[in-house]
Amino acid sequence: MGKDVLIIGGGIAGMEASAYLSAMGYQVTLVEKANELGGHLLRWERLFPTQRHGKEVLSFLHCGIDGKIRVIKNAEPVAAVTRDDLHIVTLSTGEVITANAVLITTGYKTFDASRKEEYGYGIYNNVVTSADLEEMFSSGKEMLTSSGIVPRRVGFIHCVGSRDEKVGNIYCSKVCCVTAVKQAIELKERLPYAEAFCFYMDLRMYGMHFEELYKEAQEKHGVQFIRGRLSEAAENQDHSLLIKVEDTLTGRPLKMKMDLLVLMVGFEPSDGTQKMAELFHLETGSTRFLKMADEHTSTNVSSVQGVFLAGTCSAPRTITSTITDARAAAAKITSYLSQYSIEQREN
Amino acid sequence: MKEEGKKKLWQEYQKEIADDRYFYVRSCVRQSFFPGAEQAFLKIMREELGKDVFEHACHTTCTGIAYHADVVPFDTTMTVVARQFSLMTESGYQNLVPSCITSFGVYTEILETWKHFPEVEAKVREFLFKATGRTFEIPKNLAHASDVIYKFRDSIASRAKYKLVNQQTGEPLRVVEHIGCHYAKMFPHKGIGGAEFPHVLIGMVESWGGEVIDYPERRHCCGFGFRQYLVQANRGYSVACSKKKFESMEPYMPDLIVTNCPGCPMFLDRWQYVIAEMENHTYGADKQGIPVLTFEEMAAMVLGYDPWEIGLQVHQIPVEPLMIKMGIPFDPGKKYLGKNSKDMGRPEIPDYLNYSGMKI
Amino acid sequence: MSAKNFGFSIHKDRQIDYDKNYREFYYRVKAVEPSISLCISCGNCTATCSAGNFTSMNLRNVILLAARGEVNNLGDNVSACLLCGKCQLGCPRGVNTRNVVIAIRKELKIRRKP
Ligand code: SF4
Ligand code: SF4
Ligand code: SF4
Repeated sequence: MGKDVLIIGGGIAGMEASAYLSAMGYQVTLVEKANELGGHLLRWERLFPTQRHGKEVLSFLHCGIDGKIRVIKNAEPVAAVTRDDLHIVTLSTGEVITANAVLITTGYKTFDASRKEEYGYGIYNNVVTSADLEEMFSSGKEMLTSSGIVPRRVGFIHCVGSRDEKVGNIYCSKVCCVTAVKQAIELKERLPYAEAFCFYMDLRMYGMHFEELYKEAQEKHGVQFIRGRLSEAAENQDHSLLIKVEDTLTGRPLKMKMDLLVLMVGFEPSDGTQKMAELFHLETGSTRFLKMADEHTSTNVSSVQGVFLAGTCSAPRTITSTITDARAAAAKITSYLSQYSIEQREN
Repeated sequence: MKEEGKKKLWQEYQKEIADDRYFYVRSCVRQSFFPGAEQAFLKIMREELGKDVFEHACHTTCTGIAYHADVVPFDTTMTVVARQFSLMTESGYQNLVPSCITSFGVYTEILETWKHFPEVEAKVREFLFKATGRTFEIPKNLAHASDVIYKFRDSIASRAKYKLVNQQTGEPLRVVEHIGCHYAKMFPHKGIGGAEFPHVLIGMVESWGGEVIDYPERRHCCGFGFRQYLVQANRGYSVACSKKKFESMEPYMPDLIVTNCPGCPMFLDRWQYVIAEMENHTYGADKQGIPVLTFEEMAAMVLGYDPWEIGLQVHQIPVEPLMIKMGIPFDPGKKYLGKNSKDMGRPEIPDYLNYSGMKI
Repeated sequence: MSAKNFGFSIHKDRQIDYDKNYREFYYRVKAVEPSISLCISCGNCTATCSAGNFTSMNLRNVILLAARGEVNNLGDNVSACLLCGKCQLGCPRGVNTRNVVIAIRKELKIRRKP
């Protein structure tokens, strides 16, 4: 074979696709801009729906990175040209890499919550994002508000930066509903006397075991769910928050004091994903994620020949779906490099 | 509250405000609500800052109140506003400065409408021409009078005789700022600081030595809202809006409320009296209310203008305690003397609201 | 001090003020019938309720209002229930609806006693 594959982005999708493509005998180069592989998984302490540790999945992924894969850290592509089906990519280190196929696995970033001005992230002392809360959990420190008290009431706000035309993101980020439920449970495990409320527009518990987790949150942990979107938050004198939502199922406006407010930030294409779109001239869809050649049959194929997609650079995904997608991309690249074009199948 | 976060946000909502040569359009109601406010604005602009501010004797209401109460259709409003533009063009001015927030909102809404629907502008031009034979140019710059004072807040501070500071304690006065709903809620980028954390009044208060209170119901309407006030039976809704705000600001013990809209100071001032008389509750110390000022009155006080010249005697909540706090001297005997020292009569003494200490 | 009449009265706030409400109520009911916490407001119970077709009884809403501590109008609602159990047949979350009604009735009575 002796063909080269360049994989850009060393998160979950990049790691898993590297493992599969290397195992299939390709010469794989994996480029990661940070100094560590793992991407967002490095920051997630526990994973839904099983509450297993993120580290376990990470070490599974690391097992796939064998000695044959060339991993280049602290580097990112700065230029790309195509010549005779070969992709010639220059890295920020100055090195030039030539590959028969390129796989983009540059992923997502979380929504910048300060853009929802009315929620006061970055202004009010006790408004945090789901990612911040995850860090609070994994730091192992005692959970305290900015005033040093143990929170007695915590609100989880769903759909922050998702399903919201006002910030330009009309899509559902898929993972935040279940993440809110997971984090509410973890919070109640740490602070059994605190009240936890989730404020949702629709609860999207689509995955296997998600609904069970939701029921567990209600039954075992007393987490309460209020259907209504946060309209605005304000800070009280004691730095707690006053939030306004409509309790849509009673049909009345509702106000409530919160000691801590957690904003469930959604997905946006990462800066790296946006940059790769420019470098490789990839089309993006209406959601700004990289466009798949076909939503049903060619989800790993980009708009440019020889450039493939996996993971959350093309859509919000769970970890499970990202891993599956990475393997699918590996199969797709194999079919491309063996010149067996599956797309040309008739009927 | 993190100041840096607010500052970062404010940077995203700066707007261009003309430097000189303003065409000023008055509010239809302010001269009876707070008669000295607009006069104070003109004096500050002309005498303190040396700016050219022009008023045209023939300008009219923008129809804002009637428009928001569904009495006048939008086409009529646009044509009336087009006529103001025509007066401005005819007088050789390009920078329009409305005194009223509702007017500012109406003008902004019209200019935005015309930007997106040029055929509407063409239609209005035709209406105006057919009715009056007039033509007009679109203003080069539209800024509310509070935007203009905001722009020159530091020049005003450098000329100030008094500060928003409690002279007895040396502490900054605690100020509630209330922004008219139509200032930025419809078009956040047209307001300094945006709609959620407007900076326009905060900038003045801080520049003049005060400290701003950010209380939970800050964004709530004062209760004017036009349609709820116009019918007597609906006024319970209007007063409930103000009450919601008072209850929310009460724990912060504000020294004053400052506003940038004609309706807000009227309602925040008068409803305190109504609540005091109906429910026997006040929101200031010693059964007193919280004084409510327009931004022009606040500027004029800081600049040391005679309080009775700028109309502070028509406030329902007496402003004297605030003047005492700021160390502003005043002659109680002149409070109810109008033009040429003519006696204006005395207001009725409230039953509950504390008027003692006020010479009546 | 007398109250002046201005020809109108000050409107009551429609907003649910959770912090001022009788929040303990829900926790007391829940202690008696924990399955109340499983309700997902689907309305299955309400649509099939014989009482609810002719009175203000709405079990979905009763559970919600109890959870918000809005207890003032609950009495009229739950008193219309005939404890037939039809709601329980269909509830997808297995809420013990009859016992929820009974527990709410008891709690309301306890509350009324000084
Ligand atoms: S998963 Fe839930 S919280 Fe996230 S965007 Fe979708 S509906 Fe909103
Ligand atoms: S038990 Fe009560 S609430 Fe349930 S269906 Fe029968 S009458 Fe309705
Ligand atoms: S049927 Fe069950 S889950 Fe549905 S609203 Fe009624 S009690 Fe709640």
